[in-house]
Amino acid sequence: MPLLILLLFILIPWSARASADALESYVIQQVSEGVYYHQGVHQEADSENLGAIANVGFIIGDECVAVIDSGGSFREGELLHAAIRAKTELPICYVINTHVHPDHILGNAAFKNDKPKFIGHEKSPAAMISRQQHYAKQFSEILGSAYQGAEFIEADILVTTDAPLRLDLGNRPIILTAYTTAHTDHDLTVYDVKTSTLWTGDLLFVERVPALDGSINGWIDALDKLIELNAAMIIPGHGTAFAREESVGWQKLLNYLTTIREEIRFIINDMGTIEEAIASVGKQEAEKWKLFEDYHRRNVTAAFVELEWE
Amino acid sequence: MGRFSIFTSMVAMLISFSFTAHATTAEQDLWAGLKQTYFGDREIRDNADDLLVLEAPTRAEDAAIVPISVKSLQPQTADRYIKNIHIIIDKNPMPYSANFHLSPALGEVDIATRVRIDQYTDMRAIAEMNDGSLHMVSRFVKASGGCSAPAGKDMEAAMARLGKMQIRMREANIGETTQAQVVVSHPNNSGLQFDQKTRGYIPPHYVKEMVIEFAGENLITLEAGISISEDPSVRFNFTPQKHGVLKAVVSDSKEMTYSLDKQI
Repeated sequence: MPLLILLLFILIPWSARASADALESYVIQQVSEGVYYHQGVHQEADSENLGAIANVGFIIGDECVAVIDSGGSFREGELLHAAIRAKTELPICYVINTHVHPDHILGNAAFKNDKPKFIGHEKSPAAMISRQQHYAKQFSEILGSAYQGAEFIEADILVTTDAPLRLDLGNRPIILTAYTTAHTDHDLTVYDVKTSTLWTGDLLFVERVPALDGSINGWIDALDKLIELNAAMIIPGHGTAFAREESVGWQKLLNYLTTIREEIRFIINDMGTIEEAIASVGKQEAEKWKLFEDYHRRNVTAAFVELEWE
Repeated sequence: MGRFSIFTSMVAMLISFSFTAHATTAEQDLWAGLKQTYFGDREIRDNADDLLVLEAPTRAEDAAIVPISVKSLQPQTADRYIKNIHIIIDKNPMPYSANFHLSPALGEVDIATRVRIDQYTDMRAIAEMNDGSLHMVSRFVKASGGCSAPAGKDMEAAMARLGKMQIRMREANIGETTQAQVVVSHPNNSGLQFDQKTRGYIPPHYVKEMVIEFAGENLITLEAGISISEDPSVRFNFTPQKHGVLKAVVSDSKEMTYSLDKQI
C-alpha cells in the first residue's frame, strides 16, 4: 500500500492531493476469495460522502474483473477503479448494474476507458432513459464536483427474466439473474459460483431502511427465492456483508415488508385512507432502521397504491 | 367558457406565459402570471382560512403520489355553495391541475385526490362560490420529479388493468354522512415520460373527466390533467338521503370511457 500511495503522488498533479487522501479512506474489504466490496455509508448522498452510500465492488477471475455497481458519483467510480488497480492489472471486462438507482450507476463512466461490456436487466434501459434527466439535474446539484464526468451509459448486454446469464471471468463462473418487479422493475443479482457469494443489489437492505420503488408483493416473493439459494456469503445493496449463518439479515427485511403489507391490507379492507396508512403503519419498525424517517412513509405510500388493486 | 376549454387552451397559454416568466424568478410573480392566465382580472380573496382547508404533506414522500384534500368549513346549501374548486400547482408543467365541479347536494365539501409534484412549489385551492366570488388557500410542498417520473413503478401491470374501477366505501346508512372513494386504474401518462422502445416520449394519455352521480343527480365532476397521479382517485363525503345508485363515469384523452356503479 505505501508503494501505491507513493505512485499516486508521482502520477497525480499536486492540486489533486486531496484525491489521494480520499483514496486512502476508500476502504475495500474482502468478502470471499477474490470478491471485494466497499460498504456505503448510511447517509443521504451529498458532496461530502461523494454519493458513496451503496455497496459496490468487484470479482477477480483468472482472466478479467467484473465490477458490480460502480458508485454513486463519477468520483466514487474513479476511487473504485483505483482500488481495483491496486489489487490487479487484469482487464475490467464487465460492469454490472444491479439496477439504475443513482447510487449504483453514477460511477459507470469511470470505467469507460477499459471498454467493458455494461450489463443490466432487460428493463434497465427503459428505466434509465426515463429517469436520467431527473437524476442528472438532481444529483449534479447534490454531489457538486463529485458528479462531474458522470454519464448514463446504455447496457451492452441485457439479462432477461426467463434465463439467467452465465459469464466466465477465467475459471470463475458468475450467474446473473433478472427478477420480475420487486425493489424496482429491473433488479439483477450476481452469484459467484466458486465462493457461493451472492450480490443481492437492493433486493436486500441491511441496517438502512429499504426503499420500495417496485412492488411490495414482488419484493417479498423475490426475497423468499433468494433465501432459498442458501448462499454462503451475502453482499446486500446497503449494509454489512454477512455469512449464511447470520440469516437475521434476510429476516429483518422480510419482517419489515410483511408487517407493513399486513397493516396496509387491514386499513384497505377497513376502507381506510392512504393518509391514515401513512400516519400509522409500521411505527414499531422505526428503531430498527437507519434513515427510517426519510423513506418509510414513502414505502407505505407506494405499497398502499399497489395493494389497493388486490 | 365551455367545460373543457380551459384545458384545451392551456397549452397555448402556457407557451405564451413561459416567455414572460423567464424575466422574473420570484414566486409571487409566477403566481401573478398564473392568476392572470386562469382567472384574468377577477379578484381572488387570499388566505380564505375561514372557508377552506387545504391539506398536503409539507414534504411529499413520493412526488408521484402526493395525497391532498380540501375541506370546506361551511356547509353546502342551495343558497350558498362552492361551485368549483380549482387546484393549481404553480411549478408543475401544467399548473392548472384539477377543477372539481361540486353540487350543493354534497351537503359538505370534503374531497381528496392524489397529485404529482414536479418541484418544490406552492399549491393552491381556489373555491369559486355560486355567486362567482373566488377564495384561495395555499400551501408550500417539498417534492420533486413527480411529473417526469416513470409511468408507474410497473408499467406493464398498470396497462394490464387499464380502466378497472373501484368504488370503495363502508356500508352506507340513509341520512348519514358517508365517505366514498372512486379510483380508476389508468397510467395517466403525462407526455413527459420517455419510452425506450419507441425512442420517443410516451404520448399523453390521461383521465380528462370523472363524473360522480348519486340517484341521477350530479355530485362531483372532476376535470383533470396530467398533474393527477397514476390511478386517479377521488375520495369524498356525501349524505345519501334515499336509496339509489352511486355511479362514476371516467373518460380519458383518447376518448375512452369507463364506468362503475354501486347500489346504496
